[in-house]
Amino acid sequence: MNDRITRILETLACWTLALLWAGPLLFALWAAFHGQEYLTRLDPTAPLTLDNFAQAWATAPFARYYLNTLAYTLCTLAGQFVLCTLAAYAFARFRFPGRDVAFMLVLVQLMIMPDQLIVENYQIMSALGLVDTIAGISLPYVASAFGIFLLRQTFKQVPVELEEAALVEGASRLQVLTKVYIPLGRPTYLAYGLVSVSYHWNNFLWPIVITNSVTTRPLTVGLAIFGAPESGVHFPIISAGTLIAVAPLLLAFLLFQRQFVQSFMRAGIK
Amino acid sequence: MTRISRTPQWLYGWLLLLPSAVLLIAFTHYPIVRTLYNSFFTTPRGRIPARFIGLENYQALLHDEIFLRVLVNNFLFALGTIPASVGLALLMAVWVNGTLPGRALARTSFFTPTVLPMVAVANIWLFFYTPQVGILEKMLAPFGIHGVNWLGDPSTVLWCLAVMAVWKEAGFFMIFYLAALQGVPPDLTEAARIEGAGRWYCFRRITWPLLMPTTIFVLLNATINCFKLVDHLFIMTKGGPDNASSLLLYYIYETAFAYWDTAYASTLTVVLLGLLALTALVQFLYLERRAHYR
Repeated sequence: MNDRITRILETLACWTLALLWAGPLLFALWAAFHGQEYLTRLDPTAPLTLDNFAQAWATAPFARYYLNTLAYTLCTLAGQFVLCTLAAYAFARFRFPGRDVAFMLVLVQLMIMPDQLIVENYQIMSALGLVDTIAGISLPYVASAFGIFLLRQTFKQVPVELEEAALVEGASRLQVLTKVYIPLGRPTYLAYGLVSVSYHWNNFLWPIVITNSVTTRPLTVGLAIFGAPESGVHFPIISAGTLIAVAPLLLAFLLFQRQFVQSFMRAGIK
Repeated sequence: MTRISRTPQWLYGWLLLLPSAVLLIAFTHYPIVRTLYNSFFTTPRGRIPARFIGLENYQALLHDEIFLRVLVNNFLFALGTIPASVGLALLMAVWVNGTLPGRALARTSFFTPTVLPMVAVANIWLFFYTPQVGILEKMLAPFGIHGVNWLGDPSTVLWCLAVMAVWKEAGFFMIFYLAALQGVPPDLTEAARIEGAGRWYCFRRITWPLLMPTTIFVLLNATINCFKLVDHLFIMTKGGPDNASSLLLYYIYETAFAYWDTAYASTLTVVLLGLLALTALVQFLYLERRAHYR
């Protein structure tokens, strides 16, 4: 009997917490799909409207921001896949002088990310003439310690015999990489890809430093300008704009929840 | 193996590494060294080049009230977010890992803030804290609390932002506890239950000690995040009022890109990097110690 009461209480507590956690997003959804007059009047019969989305879309160049975010996120991911694969292969399967020191130096980036080096990296980008370009946003993240680390772990688990057999049959090193290692590493690529896309889709500090025009600004920076209190835009429209910006990632998460959670978990534990 | 490939192994290894090495050096190692180097100079202005001034920038730090303020703020922000988010993460994980009805939905709800950008979160929460029309105002009005300018008052602003950060991060930490809980052998707790031990006792004596490595891991991650999390300040407070909500990384941004005092910003960055290195050192030493136990 006592156990049943505890269970009921626990269920209620869990639901309350879950509701609290879902609340802010649910509220943003409510605000975005209703008129300003229903903002704090949660009347279930209130008429739905898409006006806020239309206004948000007209107020800021969201289509352009989308394009910029896609370009930045996908360029970064493509670069990371190529560079991290090569480096991870080197660390996992080659002996060369300075390898261990080089690996330690790579790991430095796990702790100190380009996000903390904004002052110097801005000056470096400025010297390279890459301020306010997609390449400028992307480049500091392309050689990713985290990606190298994850892929190295994966490649190390591939039996050496597989590689030796392929080499004996006349395959080149690069063929071994593309035919043996990369296919076997697919789950790692998926996990790393999801984490990387989520990170860069949501990244803000470095993009706001390095961009200064509509043609390069990603969604997060555009959203910050759009939602700033001094812009004087009403909350339902800000909600609509916010939802426009987060929708792709949020929907992907809701659809592929298991993969997302597992990827973040793998990525975090390393 | 060496007979088959004509290129020597060491050269092949370095060639594979080269592209990553170039970019890592250009945007991580070189900037770190430059940060340190520039912190000993003045900021070049127009035609006046940078001048070596030794430790003057560091001396200036000690007399910089804003710097001391942001350090204290960072510390308070850590105090306000870390225990709460880690504690809630554990509670969430225990519930989601159990047999409660609706736990899948609860898990979704807890984890969702993790995939939202901080900027979006800030946009939504800004409205909660708005005076007069905000949600908090409406919710607290029946209790006779009204007219509070939550983000405009130096005594409340940092805590309001901490609450938001807890909401954003707890679900992320939950998944690590969830993974760890799934690794706890069920026969251990079952055996204790048969012996008549209560649930709380089981948790305290069996589950909690087994979760210790996860707790340490999550605590360190939470600490690091406290120094990295500043996006919301751009939208909600700009570090104000009167720097009451500013954090170290935001102050670095302001110094470099609003006041254009890059040398001083480098000096501030050295402090930030030092703090991050310290956290990493703790992590490393802890892992070393664990290795000895095995």
